[in-house]
Amino acid sequence: MEVETAPTPVAAGLVSGQARSGSRWADRAFHWLCLLAALAVGVLLVLVLWQLLKGSHLSIVSFGWKFFTSTVWNPVTKQFGALPAIFGTVVSSIIALLIAVPLSVGTAIYLTDLAPLRLRQPLTSLIEMLAAVPSVVWGLWGVFVLVPVLRATLFPWLQKGLGFLPLFQGPIYGIGLLTSGIILAIMILPIVTSVSREVLRSVPNLQREAAYALGATRWEVTRIAVLSYARRGLFGAAILGLGRALGETMAVTMVIGNTPFIGLSLFHPGSTLASVIANEFTEADTDLYLSSLFQLGLVLLGVTILVNILAQVMVRAFTTAETRRVA
Amino acid sequence: MTVSSANHLFRKFKSLAMNAVCIGCALLVILPLAVILFYLIRKGASSLNWAFFTGLPKSAGSVGGGMGNAIVGTLELLAIASIIGVPIGVLGGVYLSEYGGERINGWIRFWADVLNGVPSIVWGMVAWALVVVPMKGFSAWAGGLALGFIMIPLVLRTTEEILVLVPRSYREAALALGLPQWKTITRIVLPTALRGIITGVLLAMGRVAGETAPLLFTAFGNDYWNRHLSQPIAALPLQVFKYAISPYDDWIRQAWAGALVLVIMTFLLSAGVRLFSGSRFQKNT
Repeated sequence: MEVETAPTPVAAGLVSGQARSGSRWADRAFHWLCLLAALAVGVLLVLVLWQLLKGSHLSIVSFGWKFFTSTVWNPVTKQFGALPAIFGTVVSSIIALLIAVPLSVGTAIYLTDLAPLRLRQPLTSLIEMLAAVPSVVWGLWGVFVLVPVLRATLFPWLQKGLGFLPLFQGPIYGIGLLTSGIILAIMILPIVTSVSREVLRSVPNLQREAAYALGATRWEVTRIAVLSYARRGLFGAAILGLGRALGETMAVTMVIGNTPFIGLSLFHPGSTLASVIANEFTEADTDLYLSSLFQLGLVLLGVTILVNILAQVMVRAFTTAETRRVA
Repeated sequence: MTVSSANHLFRKFKSLAMNAVCIGCALLVILPLAVILFYLIRKGASSLNWAFFTGLPKSAGSVGGGMGNAIVGTLELLAIASIIGVPIGVLGGVYLSEYGGERINGWIRFWADVLNGVPSIVWGMVAWALVVVPMKGFSAWAGGLALGFIMIPLVLRTTEEILVLVPRSYREAALALGLPQWKTITRIVLPTALRGIITGVLLAMGRVAGETAPLLFTAFGNDYWNRHLSQPIAALPLQVFKYAISPYDDWIRQAWAGALVLVIMTFLLSAGVRLFSGSRFQKNT
């Protein structure tokens, strides 16, 4: 598609050759202007990395690698370790993936292979609307609706049924790692669903027809011909969701409890890289404190960039250009 | 014989069961939307009145007041963000579609997608370092810049995708008539794709309108009408956040109302998208 629409060099050359020198100059200026705008994307990436590196310089110099291994985050004693925030970020994101990926893939299967044709578009629109709900609104709903409900129903049940696991032991606050994971799951459902749907749609119909011809049932077609074929693309969709979950800030900040915590209980309040920054940035009263927050941002940026590159590579290998608009 | 038909029945049953599971998944994915809309209307609608849209926030604990300044502030921030994000994004998209070779395009797309994944709070930190520190204070400029950063890759990618849908024959016809390439692009290609480009811009605006994290330490918030863009400015999502974590019942009530307005705003932007996407060069997704 892209190759086909590039302006023909012959025509462009002929015209600019015959045109007045003024418009040739204008042509060149416009070309450069557009090039600069396109390169701005690369410049921005360098700018972000540079600013965060510059901001975290003091912290990097003071703590070195200890920043990543220290479990203490205490502004009062000026001890700053990233491990609790990294722990909370990873745990809440994994919970989110465990909940969101199966639901999203199931929905994507329904939308591509099962749903009546006239239902597909409205359902897709609804999922897009879900994606448009701002993070802070999920946070508000989480604090006043989800937390009380979880505290009263799901969490006690989990503790009763699965309480022999350390994961579900300890006091129930309502806010905490598991709650954040659930909110994050809801928030990444739309992106994982829409990318999975594009991935499944790009599975050639020949695959499905071949399986049907062998006498497979509908589910067998999905499992053998579609899911196994689309495995890598779906993995990419999940990783893209992970990238979103890692950096999600407001809703998590509002329901995680913002306590540095490393431990087994999922009911316990915790903190994430983004939530610590959101909570403490304007309170940072020393240079070292501020610099440590910048380094948390640097860690977050580094991890999300790596995760997103991985996801792009996997999804890109699978689908055509139009898919990634939603991403 | 009976074994194989029993097997067949089991396979059919399994297939039906898995279909049901998929339908269940779809329902569960839609459920949060229904639930959140229900609560927003139930808890927020009753607080929407004239004062809410025109008034200023009252001091902590006292009843009444509104979010007028926050609504205007959000619009101002969106305007600043668009002034930064739209020209760069559109021109970059033009480069990808009209000028760039395969290799450089591949890299620029890749960078844009990576930028898209950068957490929004990180943009807040960058805008803080670039604007708040040198200007020695929170400002509308800083908040708008943070949102503008987020808009650039979004607008760039959608613009490119729309422009490549403009038929090549349009460009060839214009060039054959002796139009220089830059005029071909600005007079023929861009106007043809205008609706699609506006769609992309609206989508990007909808995406940043609800952003709170990048504004926390850039726009910062303000309880009064903002007079200068070099001063802190209120924004709807910021105000919702501030009220939501407050201990006052009336503020929490207003947080729900603010959230409802915010969601209506983002939905209106995407409704605007649907209005514009009737263009014949718009793909039906």
